[in-house]
Amino acid sequence: MSPSLLSARGISKSFPGVQALQDVSLQLNRGEVLAVVGENGAGKSTLMKILGGVYRPDAGIIEWEGRPVAIGQVDQAQKLGIVLIHQELNLAENLDVAGNMFLGREPTWGGPLGLIRPRLARDAEPILRRLGFDASPRTRVAELSIGQQQLVEIARALSLRSRVIIMDEPTSSLTQRETDRLYDVIRDLKRDGISVLYISHRLKEVETIADRVVVLRDGRNAGELRREEISHEAMVRLMVGRELRQFYRRSRHEATARPVLQLRHVHWQEGKPPISLELRGGEIVGLAGLIGAGRTELAETVFGIRRRVSGEILLDGHAVVVRHPIDAIEAGIYLVPEDRRSQGLVLEQTIRFNLSLASLKDLQRLHLVATRREVALAEQQRRDLNIRCPSIRQTVALLSGGNQQKVVLGKWLSRKPRVLILDEPTRGVDVGAKSEIYALMDQLAQEGVAILMISSDLEEILGMSDRVVVMHEGRLAGELGRGQLSEEAVMRLATGAAA
Amino acid sequence: MKKVIGLIAFLAIIYLLLLAADPGARLAANHFNLGRRIGLYGIISLGAGMLIITGGIDLSIGSVVGLCATLLAMLLRGDRFPRFPFKGWLFDQFNAGLDWLGSLVNFPEHPWAAILLVLLVGMGIGLMNGVLVTKVRVQAFVVTLCGLFIYRGISRFMAEDQVKGLGNQFGQLKSIFYSSEAIFGLPMSLVYFVGLLVLATVFLHWSIHGRYFFAIGANEKAARYSGVATDRYKILAYVLCSTLASFYGVLYLMQENSAQPSSTGNFLELYAIAGAVLGGCSLRGGEGSVGGLVIGTSILVLLPNLSLMLGIPSALEYTVIGGALLLGAVLDEVLRRVGQRSR
Repeated sequence: MSPSLLSARGISKSFPGVQALQDVSLQLNRGEVLAVVGENGAGKSTLMKILGGVYRPDAGIIEWEGRPVAIGQVDQAQKLGIVLIHQELNLAENLDVAGNMFLGREPTWGGPLGLIRPRLARDAEPILRRLGFDASPRTRVAELSIGQQQLVEIARALSLRSRVIIMDEPTSSLTQRETDRLYDVIRDLKRDGISVLYISHRLKEVETIADRVVVLRDGRNAGELRREEISHEAMVRLMVGRELRQFYRRSRHEATARPVLQLRHVHWQEGKPPISLELRGGEIVGLAGLIGAGRTELAETVFGIRRRVSGEILLDGHAVVVRHPIDAIEAGIYLVPEDRRSQGLVLEQTIRFNLSLASLKDLQRLHLVATRREVALAEQQRRDLNIRCPSIRQTVALLSGGNQQKVVLGKWLSRKPRVLILDEPTRGVDVGAKSEIYALMDQLAQEGVAILMISSDLEEILGMSDRVVVMHEGRLAGELGRGQLSEEAVMRLATGAAA
Repeated sequence: MKKVIGLIAFLAIIYLLLLAADPGARLAANHFNLGRRIGLYGIISLGAGMLIITGGIDLSIGSVVGLCATLLAMLLRGDRFPRFPFKGWLFDQFNAGLDWLGSLVNFPEHPWAAILLVLLVGMGIGLMNGVLVTKVRVQAFVVTLCGLFIYRGISRFMAEDQVKGLGNQFGQLKSIFYSSEAIFGLPMSLVYFVGLLVLATVFLHWSIHGRYFFAIGANEKAARYSGVATDRYKILAYVLCSTLASFYGVLYLMQENSAQPSSTGNFLELYAIAGAVLGGCSLRGGEGSVGGLVIGTSILVLLPNLSLMLGIPSALEYTVIGGALLLGAVLDEVLRRVGQRSR
């Protein structure tokens, strides 16, 4: 049997306070799509960055076609034929497609000024056509959709004559159509003998596209699944090391009859109809819709981030004036924002700093921080939410996505929420933390909190909501009760198909 | 934390070299002079540092110092302010306002009122900067760069480009701000600085408001989403910075006995920012400490002295400071990367 194309054996890597990888091995064959899955913090990205030459391993051997190689730099990896496509695309937005593909390797007349523009485009053309890229190679990247930009990255990899393409969460910002297109491209690459290492949280995608799955857990190999063994349950079992009997947890109980939060003709932009909505205590309302449907904008308006043009917000039947998040917070309306890294957390600061930030006014004595009470609050949230960290003095940036999200939640839970708005609460969160967050939401609902959950994950919407409200192009497209819920019904409303 | 220890070590080395190089440096008089200057620079570095921690910047510090020192000198001398050489209702009103203000208080007889007014002017400038940055959303760099030009121009116009000296008057007042036999024989500017340090430490490191400063500097959006009144705190930082600059103007006039409208305070904003950065503040915001500011300022003051004693011509003073700052920044970055690599 010929040796596999790329193999890594006994790879270990540690960062301060974290053993990211321990004795991890992986083989990749020619023309194979190998998916690497695992919870956040399981070490997937670290392993890929080692293979892509971004990090150096502390221990372990990497072999290319059976020969040991040292990959210490990104260009060494590229010379071998390994290209890593990061989750956040690295394109120069002001350059055109061809310019990006050949960035740093432009054909010239010999001097740095002798850039041969026409040849650039001519060289780019066949590669782009092979990927089914429909725009001109002279288009500026800034004008492309995210899906098209992804293709440019792949085209760049192909122009480097890559034999292994590593894709880190390639579909996280793609539409369904773009995702399908990416699958076609991956299948084509496979046919040409190019191997793909595919990292994703979305197990459904992995089921669709992967030939083989390697599962990592806590920085170690947790198991491997052959094509015929791949299933959602099998992957989850290996990822969390236990059966998740009930992933979505909803206990039956009645919502209070009277609404806690009422939005009456709330309006935040001209030319769009106002929105009216009611949330009762103890119910979880799912807010579904496509990206750009105005869900986040609605949440931000209620929370006082966006200026409300007209309409009323009522809490327990009384109008509240919300001009700034301070007003919303005072009323007991809290928002867990969409982008926790830029909106939810002060990343360079400690867990304690972040957990107490919204409650400092209650933790002061003569304007000074009451340190003892602050520590007690932080420790309690850490225990209650099972935030996994060496200490509350740990920097939030070093936590995994799931634990970061728990910190954002913890910031509000110590303040007795009346209304909790969750915008994509489990995006980039690992399976284990996900189920913990679901359990928490269920518990909060039982305590009478009104929860509005914005989510693009249909499974989550269907699994957690008592009723679902769907938005389409800035307006409410419809509402579905528990009995009417189905993926099709939600999608029909979200795409504006249903009248 | 490690950064602060490195800075302390660097400061200690400079200090010991200074003592070793020159017996004159060991004299109490030299220490007095060093302390005086550390106190002076420290006061503005403190203001600039707190502002930088919130992610802001102020380039108008030097011109505010010049304006306030000149204004105070003129008020104390009882000088008549020049009229605006334009006609029209608005300018007439303005001139009438100046007259009214002058008739309201006899400033030469009530010097404290003059000092209070000058501090209020500083506060007002800070308020304006803050409002322009937060509400009108002009970049801080631009707003305060314009201030640098505007206030310098106003002080020169106001004083008709003449040096404004106090002569032998106000001896008692001067002794409050500058006396060689003051508390424990310490220079008064250092005494004020230490007092401000205590206040700043409590404010920045112990109070909830200081927490907000750091949160805003590190991630303003997250601070807003957590219910911090970000605009208000940013304005406060500008006010603190400009008010401290005007206080520096008062101290300067009392110590130097005169203000030169075209040059007093020149380059001070750069010293203030350099001191803050040397002391571990990041211009990205969210990083820094009062202790670091003290050390940074001290290095800034000691370094030119040392270079003089080592025979480096005084014309190279700026070069030495700039070089040290650059070296510090490079070392900081390199060490950080080595630290990451060894992980």
